[in-house]
Amino acid sequence: MEFAVNSVLLTMMAVITIAIIRMQNLFGVVILAGIYSFLMASVFMVLDAVDVGMTEASVGAGISTVLFLSVLGLVKTRELKSIHTPLLPLFVAVVTGAVLVYGTWTLPDFGSALSPANAHVGALYLERSMPDMKVPNVVTSVLASYRGFDTFGEVVVVFTAGVAVLLLLRRGRGRAKAMRRNMVARGLIPDNQLSDEERAQKEARDAS
Amino acid sequence: MRLDVVLRVVAKLLLPFMLMFAAYVQLHGEFGPGGGFQAGVIAGAGIILYGIMFGLHAAQTIMPPKLVEFLVPLGVLIFAGTGVISFFYAMNFLDYSALGPVTGLSEQYAQILGIIVVELGVLVTVASTMVAIFYGFAGRGQD
Repeated sequence: MEFAVNSVLLTMMAVITIAIIRMQNLFGVVILAGIYSFLMASVFMVLDAVDVGMTEASVGAGISTVLFLSVLGLVKTRELKSIHTPLLPLFVAVVTGAVLVYGTWTLPDFGSALSPANAHVGALYLERSMPDMKVPNVVTSVLASYRGFDTFGEVVVVFTAGVAVLLLLRRGRGRAKAMRRNMVARGLIPDNQLSDEERAQKEARDAS
Repeated sequence: MRLDVVLRVVAKLLLPFMLMFAAYVQLHGEFGPGGGFQAGVIAGAGIILYGIMFGLHAAQTIMPPKLVEFLVPLGVLIFAGTGVISFFYAMNFLDYSALGPVTGLSEQYAQILGIIVVELGVLVTVASTMVAIFYGFAGRGQD
């Protein structure tokens, strides 16, 4: 049964990937990427990683789709034809994929009791979560308490991403205008790219 | 607004349930799947949905950009502050046992309290960061 569910989900993901590559309409690509994330979340459910599945559904299918759509509000929604041949990216993708597949050969079997994930501290966490803090969901007790420092690092990463985006998108606007004014004053922008207002300013400056 | 009235009504109906679900995911994270990160994304998505349906201005009325920018570092500070408390009781960073002497709770409940506070910090930072990124993108198209 699990094999059948996995086969259906992974086949649909492969089909969607091919559709994303072939599609020119970027709205369709964004929606397909959201569907891909939902399928991925289902795969995580089959693997009993419910917390990860929930994150994938909310971040991958929810927020990412919304952010892509708001970017599409700013740019054209049809993919332009690439000016380079796709051979070099194809080569890099095939080689990387081959290396990753080669890497999976030495991984322990899925769910193996001897794998490092199960043989190391995992069993200890499962055993001690209830007596230590009465938290039945061990994922939460590991994330927030046993490995709280890692989670702190993750929050700092989210914080850094937020600050970076704010610096780039919000404060960038005033700076871009100031930079443009500076470049116009130094004559770094060709005449045919100046706006009417800027050309008038330039002529007034040249005259004086 | 030229948007479909059905979409707007449905969005309005869904919003309270989304925020309620975010609260459930946040507070139920110890017993079921979920936690601060997922709850933060769901709560942020609620605000973003409101912004998409009713315009950026409406979203910024209920969630001003100044407040969002204040909340982004606040969550990190809540998380780090919980960890720093343990320094005063000669314990390691983020050892929630230190919350026991502060609040008079037993060791187990001090751990639970620590997890709840820390997850709240995660919620605040994640939700406000998502909203801030959305404001950044959506505000750019307007000028």
